[in-house]
Amino acid sequence: MQTVDNIKPCFPLFSEDRYKELMDKKRTFEEAYPKEKIKETFDWTTSPEYQELNFKREALTINPAKACQPLGASLCALGFNKTMVYIHGSQGCVAYFRTYFNRHFKEPIAFIADSMTEDAAVFGGQKNVHEGLQNATKLYGAEMIAVCTTCIAEVIGDDLGAFIGNAKNEGYVDKDFPVPYANTPSFVGSHITGWDNMLDGILTYFTEKDMEGKVVGSNGKINIVPGFETYLGNFRVIKRMLKEMDVDYTFLSDPEEVLDTPADGTFRMYAGGTTIAEVKDAPNAKTTFFLQPTTLEKSRKFVETTWKHEVPKIGIPMGIAGTDEFLMKVSEVTGKPIPESLTTERGRLVDMITDSHAWLHGKKMALFGDPDFLLGLTSLLLELGIEPTHIVCNNSNKRWEKAMKKLLESSPYGANAKLYPGCDLWHLRSLCFTDKPDFIIGSSLGKSIQRDTLAKGPEFEVPLIRLGFPIFDRHHLHRMTTLGYEGAMYIVTTLTNAVLEKLDNDTKHLGVTDYAYDLVR
Amino acid sequence: MALRQCAIYGKGGIGKSTTTQNLVAALAEAGKKVMIIGCDPKADSTRLILHAKMQNTVMQLAADAGSVEDLELEDVLQVGFGGVKCAESGGPEPGVGCAGRGVITAINFLEEEGAYEEDLDFVFYDVLGDVVCGGFAMPIRENKAQEIYIVVSGEMMAMYAANNIAKGIVKYATSGGVRLAGLICNSRKTDREDELIMALAAKLGTQMIHFVPRDNVVQHAEIRRMTVIEYDKEAKQAYEYRTLAQKVIDNKLFVIPTPLEMEDLEDLLMEFGIMEVEDESVVGKAKEALPA
Repeated sequence: MQTVDNIKPCFPLFSEDRYKELMDKKRTFEEAYPKEKIKETFDWTTSPEYQELNFKREALTINPAKACQPLGASLCALGFNKTMVYIHGSQGCVAYFRTYFNRHFKEPIAFIADSMTEDAAVFGGQKNVHEGLQNATKLYGAEMIAVCTTCIAEVIGDDLGAFIGNAKNEGYVDKDFPVPYANTPSFVGSHITGWDNMLDGILTYFTEKDMEGKVVGSNGKINIVPGFETYLGNFRVIKRMLKEMDVDYTFLSDPEEVLDTPADGTFRMYAGGTTIAEVKDAPNAKTTFFLQPTTLEKSRKFVETTWKHEVPKIGIPMGIAGTDEFLMKVSEVTGKPIPESLTTERGRLVDMITDSHAWLHGKKMALFGDPDFLLGLTSLLLELGIEPTHIVCNNSNKRWEKAMKKLLESSPYGANAKLYPGCDLWHLRSLCFTDKPDFIIGSSLGKSIQRDTLAKGPEFEVPLIRLGFPIFDRHHLHRMTTLGYEGAMYIVTTLTNAVLEKLDNDTKHLGVTDYAYDLVR
Repeated sequence: MALRQCAIYGKGGIGKSTTTQNLVAALAEAGKKVMIIGCDPKADSTRLILHAKMQNTVMQLAADAGSVEDLELEDVLQVGFGGVKCAESGGPEPGVGCAGRGVITAINFLEEEGAYEEDLDFVFYDVLGDVVCGGFAMPIRENKAQEIYIVVSGEMMAMYAANNIAKGIVKYATSGGVRLAGLICNSRKTDREDELIMALAAKLGTQMIHFVPRDNVVQHAEIRRMTVIEYDKEAKQAYEYRTLAQKVIDNKLFVIPTPLEMEDLEDLLMEFGIMEVEDESVVGKAKEALPA
């Protein structure tokens, strides 16, 4: 019973007898299968036979652990100063992008949809683009509007470039108002492809026809392309390390501030971000570092061919080796030495690892997520003596598979790891039953696997360690850091404590297992 | 020589694919490096060059491989007569799916995989029928085809289609660099056909770049899945295609067309006796209601 003084949320409210009764009755009306039948079917889905069938799936994807192109494109555009993200297409899609980021970052997210409807689908969406741009430029005080698309516009083949050009010619938008764009069909690639396409669109718009007088290295800076990056701490740690090295930099897309605005009574639709002037100046940098190099093909190609940058061939700066490689390359490119402060930080990380390695060594962990994140994470796990087992990457590519194989071959801890490119979390669920890892590392989307494995019995439970995107069901993890030595410290802390938490859970039973319920671990 | 990208449009069945392939064969013979991209689910834009029934299309190969990302350029690009590179976008069966999207996907794929980076002189897009959806206008978007040739004959519907295509071009021409480069008259032996097409060309602000007479040798060659250029080098028709090729090479007349209003087009057709003068008094009247 709910009373004003004691309002219970759905849990524990629904565990009261009257609700249990109600739920049981509801089963009758729903013509639910008998509980035994459900249990039988559930048990079947945990078997090796089911796994075999599961891996033969062709046409169906279940819980793919990836999002679509315009979501990535929006995040990229959000990282530019006073830039309004404009999505040409259906408004339902755009509501989804907004809430997806709302839920992860716990921040208001302003994206525009031009709400194509049936008539726009038949006659083409030019009118929507014209009126949309006209309104958007007047209403939101933006200095740039970055346009991407949803499926509907792509299926009917709207010519975005021409629409925007016409909007300028016909006076809906001022001719010199920047409107870069990217075609981002959701049915191709994933959010990381969209991020890449949007950056390519913005860089092309501001620099392709303005390369005269640009001299590589003349502004003394380096450019940093973060890729689809959702840990705010990662923007901060890269900046901090570069500052400590006394290296001047430009982030090409930097949503760190706009995704972390303070509650001081002032709403900020825009905050921070890369300015147009910085983008225009970016070809003058010494070079451009791509922090997620296996998934930023298009922009890298642009930077190499148009800006003539010699892009360093290094991996994601995650883990010790990854961070070392990054810092040494920055040092090589800029001629600035790696300062004492960073060497000390590295030493502290190594010290942490030696403190915790007894608990981490030989632990088996399954992982899923974006390609470069998995490469960086695997590299760190191998450094810690953790054995990655099942590595699931739905939005993988051939470059990733090659790099991953090479990485796993470099360490004895990688010997038993298997790659599952293009697989989804329903595949991973099967693997967690038939070849149980100690933990899964991944986004919140993996939590159903923890529930399902527990349902088989407490000894089968595979706990989820939350690292990646999206994280909807824990707060503030998006502000943590996973890159650099600092990021490795956070990951080591998270992994170690997850192991100890699990151990406490298993040993806390009075008089049964509490001989190992130790105060000191 | 800078790469020239040309799109061939025209009413269905007018002979676009045949004309394109014969033209391309003549260009190749003249030492030009050419690529043909078929933008038609029927996928018959390259058969005469490749001597094949139907080339494996980008979309079919993608469906077989799982996705477009799994394809390599060499899977979809074949080389035929005179070193002409051939690709077919392909698409769904009539009645399902979206053929326009197939064209977009295929052209994006070719571009991303660097099919255009080769040392090419010409790219020809052979495009299905009329400009019906965004997908079929893909070849004339920015940075793609800059020159459009419309294949037409002296038949009424072919000219209607040509005029409609010109309307489509105006839309794209005002925002980009695409221009109408000429009408190719593929003769159906109608009366005063050359004069008529020249008159239409003049009204559209363009030229009839060449009058290709009707000749059975085209069909003879086609049965052997060959172009006339290859089948019978010395045929009179082969020289016609060579002349067309030379005119295309030398062409400098690229215009934003001035499409005709429906009434003007009908006037033109009536002037040449293709269309009867309409008697408005009989419209909508049943047989009994008309005076005997």
